[in-house]
Amino acid sequence: MKYLLLKHYRGGPTPVTEMPMIDKWTPEEISAHVRYMQEFAARLQDSGEYVDGQALAPEGTFVRYDGEGRPPVTDGPFAETKDLIAGWMVIDVDSYERALELAAELSAAPGQDGKPIHEWLELRPFLSAPPIITE
Amino acid sequence: MDEVALRSLIPGVLGVLVRRGADFAAAEDAVQDALIEALRVWPDDPPRDPRGWLVTVAWRRFLDVVRADAARRRREDLVDEEPQPGPVPSADDTLRLYFLCAHPSLSPSSAVALTLRAVGGLTTRQIAQAYLVPEATMAQRISRAKRTVSGVRLDQPGDVATVLRVLYLVFNEGYSGDVDLAAEAIRLTRQLTAAIDHPEVAGLLALMLLHHARRAGRTAPDGSLVPLAEQDRRRWNTVLIAEGVGILQTALSRDRLGEFQAQAAVAALHADAPTAAETDWVQIVEWYDELVRLTGSPIARLNRAVAVGEADGPRAGLAALAALDDSLPRYPAVAAYLHERDGDPDTAARLYAAAARRASSLAERDHLNRQAARLNAGRR
Repeated sequence: MKYLLLKHYRGGPTPVTEMPMIDKWTPEEISAHVRYMQEFAARLQDSGEYVDGQALAPEGTFVRYDGEGRPPVTDGPFAETKDLIAGWMVIDVDSYERALELAAELSAAPGQDGKPIHEWLELRPFLSAPPIITE
Repeated sequence: MDEVALRSLIPGVLGVLVRRGADFAAAEDAVQDALIEALRVWPDDPPRDPRGWLVTVAWRRFLDVVRADAARRRREDLVDEEPQPGPVPSADDTLRLYFLCAHPSLSPSSAVALTLRAVGGLTTRQIAQAYLVPEATMAQRISRAKRTVSGVRLDQPGDVATVLRVLYLVFNEGYSGDVDLAAEAIRLTRQLTAAIDHPEVAGLLALMLLHHARRAGRTAPDGSLVPLAEQDRRRWNTVLIAEGVGILQTALSRDRLGEFQAQAAVAALHADAPTAAETDWVQIVEWYDELVRLTGSPIARLNRAVAVGEADGPRAGLAALAALDDSLPRYPAVAAYLHERDGDPDTAARLYAAAARRASSLAERDHLNRQAARLNAGRR
């Protein structure tokens, strides 16, 4: 079963650590953090559970249809939107428990002073094809 | 030779390599290489003896790899021997392969992947496409699975139940993707019935055939789900139904009931009803009682509540449902259906909407939303 691991810049429950933003860390701390993320993805590839992962730029545009023959209407970017997605990873695992375990592992990425950042990650199951046998 | 016929040769070819002394993991890789080569070459240049061709190419490939691998020098004695033509693969070889690929030390997804490759003869790419993961991920899953079972002796007796669970998972994955996993699961289960005489293997094959028979009726042209009661039964495949019922009857006559035979019996009773209204729900309840006794499965209890609702009326169904955990998947969908039949469209509409939010597939979600919308429209 596939799950989306969503990483947020903002939004979700209140952070559990008072860690400053990444630009206040030392360069070595940033490197260690990045290395942890890369190694995490590599471990998932090795275990045959990795599907996809991407990072997103923080600034986006809202777009909508505005009627026949009219150009799309855009809005934003919004500097203070309350929920902002930073990136995602898609995993294919045998159980919900395994998905939780992996999310927790990712959330333990090191931050300032090499301590785990305890970041909240959002876990969302994919809607799959319907099973054949249900009755 | 079509691809399915080609793939049916794979377990036997693998068996020959293993009996000549190749370890399972290396032999399986070599057979996969030979298979990919066959898929490339045979359309233009079909061999006279397809199985012999595969054995020769796979064995050569295995020798190449072993020779190239300095760490395996100690096997030189083996590789310098001229290979003897392998005996015809026995049913036992095939059976051992099923046991190994469904070994209890493997996770379900690993066992599925390894079975599809080593027994099913699918390529890593086909399996990756079927399960919508990158080919590299599937390759890793398979090679890890092979490492996990590398210490397992091939002559150990295995557990049929684990093999059946793997085949059931493959079947139930559905019809998405290029590879028809349902058809593949049927082929592998049929092949297993030739290798082992076991009423539950027959029961699973019957179950698959009886559900596969309804395939054309299950979805509307737009891809939406059609509930069993509304399916056009003329679109059901009567040949598959007859075969499934025949296999089930033979299995049941052995008097060694198991969960797959009980599930197949339910499917057979549905298949047997000329119209939904003529379904023998009383017997279906009895089979669910057996299934609950055999497995204690909460899903079986949920399905039993539906059947009780049909056999004894929606109130009885709701009473059966009340005894169950409401966090079960499909619980709100079942509750909605029973409340609607009990003449309470308000509650039913609310529950259908709740069920849609809990659905695990897109087609189910859309179906449940349509049910809620139908009831809401009726009240306006």
